[in-house]
Amino acid sequence: MEPQLSWYLALSAVLFTIGMAGVIIKRNVIAMFMCIELMLNSVNLTFVAFASFFQDVTGQLFVFIVMTVAAAEAAVGLGIIIAIFRNRETLDVDEASILKL
Amino acid sequence: MLVFFFILFGAMAIGCALAVVAQRNPLYSAISLIGVFISLACLYVMLAAPFIAAVQVIVYAGAIMVLVVFVIMLLNVEEEERRRPRLRFLVPAAIALAGVLIAEAAFILVSVQESRVVPTSSTSDVGLTQSIGSALFTQYLLPFEITSILLLMAIVGAMTLARRGALLPGRDQSKRSD
Repeated sequence: MEPQLSWYLALSAVLFTIGMAGVIIKRNVIAMFMCIELMLNSVNLTFVAFASFFQDVTGQLFVFIVMTVAAAEAAVGLGIIIAIFRNRETLDVDEASILKL
Repeated sequence: MLVFFFILFGAMAIGCALAVVAQRNPLYSAISLIGVFISLACLYVMLAAPFIAAVQVIVYAGAIMVLVVFVIMLLNVEEEERRRPRLRFLVPAAIALAGVLIAEAAFILVSVQESRVVPTSSTSDVGLTQSIGSALFTQYLLPFEITSILLLMAIVGAMTLARRGALLPGRDQSKRSD
């Protein structure tokens, strides 16, 4: 018996749910950032599973592009986190409730 | 055999993901997240996508997580202190929303299960580096170029944000005490 497509989708759904719950529960900006990365990865798993089961390379291409977007997000997001920390001396998201630095 | 590996790496991914959320120290969360990435890379290999698996390890577990760990150590983050009472209602809200999401996913899963899909044979060339490269530079050239512009914008934005002192004249010079 081979792993079915739905198994991969179920695993991806569980990972996405854990990531979403983490984004809501966590207070630390960096921890929330890592939970967002987790959600991106679960979507990547869906892409790769569909690409593999439908024998189409497009899904894997878009995984590649999602990874690039995640890298860009990491660079800009961590820059924002450093700027917030410099101005507020904390990483708590509740303290950063206004857009002004 | 494949089922055994799926269960092994899937359980590893879920366990590490739970650890990411459960840990209070962000550094431990980061290490657990690397575990998730590695087990997902193993799953990609099982799905006949070796190129994506390699990129997953190099870009995610290598570059991005090094950046995150670097920032964690740079900012010297302590453990999260015990939660204050405000916004306490968000925890049951998060659990309820997670239940809704799982239910939606289960509905889709049932629908997928009804449509018959033939499992992949590992002899095709989908997922090899050559097929990805040729598709990336012919059919999907526009997304590729847009991604390069996005990366350029990210570089400029990160430099602007992380720079000490303001780039614009006459702004923030007096406010920043560092």
